[in-house]
Amino acid sequence: MQQSASTTEFGYNSKIEGEVVVTRVDAALNWFRKNSLWPMPMGLACCAIELMAVGASRFDIARFGSEVMRFSPRQSDVMIVAGTVTYKMALAVKRIYDQMAEPKWVIAMGACASTGGMYRSYAVLQGVDNIIPVDVYVAGCPPRPEALLDALIKLQNKVGHEAVFGPKHKAA
Amino acid sequence: MAALDFANQLKAKFGDLLSEPVEFRGEITLKVSDAERITEVCEFAKKSLGFNMLLDISSIDNYGEDPRWTIVYELYHMEQKSHLRLKTEVSEEKSESPTITTVWRTADWHEREIYDMMGVRFRGHPDLRRILMWDGYPYFPLRKDFPLAGKPTDLPEVAFTRPAPLEGGPFVTVPGGKDALAREPRVRIPQTESVATISRLERRDDVRAAHEPDAPQPNTAMPKQ
Repeated sequence: MQQSASTTEFGYNSKIEGEVVVTRVDAALNWFRKNSLWPMPMGLACCAIELMAVGASRFDIARFGSEVMRFSPRQSDVMIVAGTVTYKMALAVKRIYDQMAEPKWVIAMGACASTGGMYRSYAVLQGVDNIIPVDVYVAGCPPRPEALLDALIKLQNKVGHEAVFGPKHKAA
Repeated sequence: MAALDFANQLKAKFGDLLSEPVEFRGEITLKVSDAERITEVCEFAKKSLGFNMLLDISSIDNYGEDPRWTIVYELYHMEQKSHLRLKTEVSEEKSESPTITTVWRTADWHEREIYDMMGVRFRGHPDLRRILMWDGYPYFPLRKDFPLAGKPTDLPEVAFTRPAPLEGGPFVTVPGGKDALAREPRVRIPQTESVATISRLERRDDVRAAHEPDAPQPNTAMPKQ
């Protein structure tokens, strides 16, 4: 995989450096961030069942440092929108997203969260990206747990390449 | 005791208020001609006949016909394991029917749902609020003249809606088609008498234009009713 030199130089050679690790601060910060993305499980429908499976022992999201499901937006990094976002729930989802501290990311899990899915209806928001910015979309109805883990890995790669300083990593 | 016996007992008690029991696929239906007396009928069915469970209340929108609403009550007799269905009709102008929460308390949420989706009010209901949509939502989305895509609304700090993208829509359902294919929601303008009224009320020039005799008709894929 191609890593950009500016933000991902992170290595340790004991023969050269002894007990000192030399790196760049943004590379280190991104490394910290991407390996402990604490999810805000926004479980709204059946996708939440697959999300629970991802958290359980068989698929074990802890392998990627995301096992700490925080039901408080103040303590979480990535909102996993798992399920159908109805208009009745939409502003609540946005409010929870707004309460999350920067930096924050969003995974739209499944067809409903990504596009409204099969619900072309008066009651369902046609994709959560109408109200909050989404980083990774996961296809499926519901997606397999592996698909969500793949999305998490893709998000980790994205986080690893983001600029820490300068303008905010993305517009709110 | 079979449901038909219960139906006949009801009929004997209320006479002309009820229609003759109709049997269809083993299910007995009685029509109550005056919706104002539904509570009385239900009270008798529960207290004297023993229909101790109300399974469901549903509503039908007979769009373009009068009376527009049909309210359907599904009763169940737990000892005798028999079902009974009561139907009553409510006109669009009135859109109101007495509550039966005084008979079965479970009617509370069923009636709220009908109010939410169809806009039929239940007089005497203890807490007639919307149950699925939020308070302040201005439409009744299960009515036949409500487009499947929805309509734009905005209630700041509570909720908003936007019409869903529908290829070729808005889709409309029309009751009373002769088969499932004809009843299926599709792109069409309801072929009913009240279209002129509805299009005027909702300022739908496109609907009215579609009903001008000279205007090109949309592809309804359905024979006129």
